[in-house]
Amino acid sequence: MNASEIGEFLVVLLILIGSIISVISALGIIRFPDVYTRSHAATKSATLGVLLSLTGAFIYIWLTDHFISVRLILGILFVFITAPVSGHLIIRAAYRSHVEMTEDTVEDELKPVLNDKR
Amino acid sequence: MAFQIILNIFLAFLWMFFEGSMNATTFIVGYLLGLLVVFFMRRFFSTRFYIHRLYAILKLLLIFFKELMLSNLAVLKVIFQPKLNIQPGIFALETKLKEDWEITLLANLITLTPGTLVVDVSEDNKTLYIHAMDIGDVDEAVESIRQSFEKAIMEVGR
Repeated sequence: MNASEIGEFLVVLLILIGSIISVISALGIIRFPDVYTRSHAATKSATLGVLLSLTGAFIYIWLTDHFISVRLILGILFVFITAPVSGHLIIRAAYRSHVEMTEDTVEDELKPVLNDKR
Repeated sequence: MAFQIILNIFLAFLWMFFEGSMNATTFIVGYLLGLLVVFFMRRFFSTRFYIHRLYAILKLLLIFFKELMLSNLAVLKVIFQPKLNIQPGIFALETKLKEDWEITLLANLITLTPGTLVVDVSEDNKTLYIHAMDIGDVDEAVESIRQSFEKAIMEVGR
């Protein structure tokens, strides 16, 4: 097994794991009961899935064409920075517009704080 | 920190002009020599030697990656349970961080950690409200956030 084969194996592994994680995160979005828990699946798993696929593509282009694609690195960086922020903003907007949480919810320390202000 | 880096780059350029060759290799050699000079002159700067801070940033990045992997495993485990027995909830976390960028960084890190998601930041920037997928072990989660992230961010900001 020479070096390029090992590299290809790594690429296959990265892209496969990335797509599996994306599928599982989609499953999570279907299965979870409310907006808040769904966004757990959406922000974390989708981010990692995209990151792994992009890293796989980056390594593949590097090995086959000997070309370091700076755009893919920038894409990885931007997804990494923006995904948690967008998740936070959607959840904050949902909470502020009084979207209900599931009945399983045990504790809510934010509600009294917001009510005091009003 | 920025001043030390600029000084280091300036010294590297100086070395390139001394050598009379405009190669990347000469620049790197000059940069390493300049790093040595900045290191020996470190007591004249008001801030720490900047390599310390670079090291802290690197450590924070590694923690970030580790937590991202762990959080994904945790979410996957919950998704594949035949019956969902999770107890979601929102808890408050007091933070000692002061600067805006530090709090943003902490919120981003918390959002990408196992089973936690920042819902809101209080007006006075002192409390983060975090939605947890499983509220059962909140104290433990708070403690681990304090121990790993807050400390690492403080290390960078110092």
